Amino acid sequence: MTEQTKIVDIYIMGKHYQVPEGLTIMTALEYCGYRLVRGCGCRAGFCGACATVYNLKDDPQLKFDLACQKTVEQDMYLAQIPFFPAAKATYDIEKLEPTGEQVLAVYPLIEKCFGCNTCTKACPQELEVMWYMSDILRGDIPEVMNKSFDCVMCGLCAARCPQGLVPYNYALLSRRLYGKYLAPRSKHLEDRIAEINANKFDADIEKLKKMDKKEIQKKYQTRDIEAAY
Amino acid sequence: MPYPAYMEGSIKKVEATREKRLKETFARLTDEQKNPLLEEFHPDFIKEAMRELVVGPSKGGRAPLELVDLLEGNARVDPDKIDLNKIDYDVDVLILGFGGAGASAAIMAHQGGAKVMVATKLRLGDANTVGAQAGTQAADRPEDSPIMHYIDTMGGGHGDNLPDLVEALVKDAPSAIKWLEDLGVCWDKNPDGSMHELSGGGASRLRLHSCRDYTGLEEMRVLRDEFRNRKIDFLEYSPAIELIIDDRGKVSGAVLVNMETNELTIVRAKAVVMATGGMGRLHFQGFPTTNHYGATADGLVLAYRAGAELIFIDTMQYHPTGAVYPVQILGQLVTEKVRALGAQLANSEGEQFIMPLEPRDVVASSIIRECRGRNKGIKTPHGEFGVWLDSPMIDLIRGEGTIAREIPAMVRQFGRYDINIIKEPMLIYPTLHYQNGGIKMAADGATTVPGLFAAGEVGGGVHGRNRLIGNSTLDIFVFGRRAGTAAANYVKTAKVGKLTLEHVRRWQKELAKAGIAKSRPISPRLLPDYARQPYDYLAEYAKEMLEPGQIKVA
Repeated sequence: MTEQTKIVDIYIMGKHYQVPEGLTIMTALEYCGYRLVRGCGCRAGFCGACATVYNLKDDPQLKFDLACQKTVEQDMYLAQIPFFPAAKATYDIEKLEPTGEQVLAVYPLIEKCFGCNTCTKACPQELEVMWYMSDILRGDIPEVMNKSFDCVMCGLCAARCPQGLVPYNYALLSRRLYGKYLAPRSKHLEDRIAEINANKFDADIEKLKKMDKKEIQKKYQTRDIEAAY
Repeated sequence: MPYPAYMEGSIKKVEATREKRLKETFARLTDEQKNPLLEEFHPDFIKEAMRELVVGPSKGGRAPLELVDLLEGNARVDPDKIDLNKIDYDVDVLILGFGGAGASAAIMAHQGGAKVMVATKLRLGDANTVGAQAGTQAADRPEDSPIMHYIDTMGGGHGDNLPDLVEALVKDAPSAIKWLEDLGVCWDKNPDGSMHELSGGGASRLRLHSCRDYTGLEEMRVLRDEFRNRKIDFLEYSPAIELIIDDRGKVSGAVLVNMETNELTIVRAKAVVMATGGMGRLHFQGFPTTNHYGATADGLVLAYRAGAELIFIDTMQYHPTGAVYPVQILGQLVTEKVRALGAQLANSEGEQFIMPLEPRDVVASSIIRECRGRNKGIKTPHGEFGVWLDSPMIDLIRGEGTIAREIPAMVRQFGRYDINIIKEPMLIYPTLHYQNGGIKMAADGATTVPGLFAAGEVGGGVHGRNRLIGNSTLDIFVFGRRAGTAAANYVKTAKVGKLTLEHVRRWQKELAKAGIAKSRPISPRLLPDYARQPYDYLAEYAKEMLEPGQIKVA
């Protein structure tokens, strides 16, 4: 396939490079000789370390993505944002109420959101950031959890907010409040913990622990298996 | 980048056999069928890819070549040039690494009253934990029990697992789930509050607790937030490059390096918890990996040099389903949840060739057999081979909308390249995923070296020779919590003597005696090197191999 590989012109922090098409922004940086220290984490779109900003030669509009996932395009101007200062409040989750007022009390600046929607446009996960901000203001914590769930905390929403807000931290607090206080409890989980604490399984596990390799493998081969679905 | 036109014929065959396969149950393999499959096709059985260690506490044991090189490596520090009297941080418990295990250990050690500090190579939470998608095992349903979880875990590990560790794993599992929920993790639940649980490869019960397909990310986000609320000291981009041992042989701190400035930091600690994770970035046998950028076996190297025994380091987990097309996501994880939800594997002819929920080593071997042994793989434009993972089956089995709801990360990841996994299958091949073994440890995380605890992927024994799905994102919390608690208890009476790097001197002498000092690289590796250079960089690098005492990272 090499004879079919096309060359793409890109600009890394303003400097011109030519790379084969099909590279991600991250592998293009490495192709150009950059050895990354910051701005590179899981390399799979989950950790948010490689938040990246770019525009195209004839289009001044800034665009946002994750460097490890976005393929390079002709005439891209690239810069990474490996760190962005963002305020995180300190709180004791045990002492909070699962309400919008509570989130506002921890992060009073949320009220400064004027609904410009820049955060939504910046989100590489295509989350409805501004809409969950308004869910916080309306006190709808389950909906904040739902809308923000796929957040990788890359920080691009905070980097772009004209009011200096940090939506991803507000969403994180809201999700923690949901998981801890609002999600319905699992009785079977509590029951099982009580059984384990009452040593219900100890004798059987002791027996299994004493088995040699052959015996335990036989036990494994002959165990009954619940249907997967 | 939709699938190239030449693959259409094969995709048509997958579609054509879908109805038939929906009704087909592929029998599970017996041990008599599994063993020859593994021996012929699993990468662990390729003899030329391993060699014996000639120095250190596990001398005579075998491991992959790239790992042995690092384990036998030269130290980055020269003991004569380091002033251990100039202590930058003096703490009770130093935790190295901050994935799920390091975070759990830090929180528990802090709760246990210890003065805690964390040092990590990348940012807090840039670890394999965030990439874990499918779920966390815990036997909490009435139909299930810790006994079944024990049997599944031992069977999956081929019976070699250390029983004390497996007991701790299965008995702590439900309380680990509860601990995470009490901190605010949002588990997938049914409307009545019961956990929404799925099956997984090698598991006999529905036991996987998930948070969509962002399970590890959700766990990590919450723990990192809790950690930061506790105002515990941490240093990012500051990996340990050597442990410090006192004159009584106890691990008593570490030498850290700031990767951006090469400045050293000396930390004195009464105990060290090693939670540095795995080694996928060593790319054994040229495999791509699902692992994060820093997965270079540093913790194993440091612990080994300090005298810790390693166990099962000759066995790696190749996750059966890594993306093989498009090339931008080569080797990245396609979660086992796709199979847990019902998707089957199919070869170029659209034929099923393995029960999709066999343990991972078996499924991976069967895919390699299909591609290398039976010529029924699909070749990609970049010359890789793969087989189909028939994701559209999921909505047929469980109803429209299931894929979008259950595996949004996968829909998003493939959707970026114009592949709609709701309608089209995914092309996959095994990818280097996990180190099954590691530092030998007890159920409280204690290693064979006093003062050194281990937790998470860097530890070894609990998974035997093959880990089951959902047992790693369990292991990190169970043993992270145990190690943190045990370390906090240990430091209540531990006294630190005179700090030394004598073990490094002894190590260098041992290398010289074995005649290998000149031929081994500097280790720990710290980061892989993917930068292309306009000359043969690797050859140049080997030539200018650093003398001990030189720190150069990048």
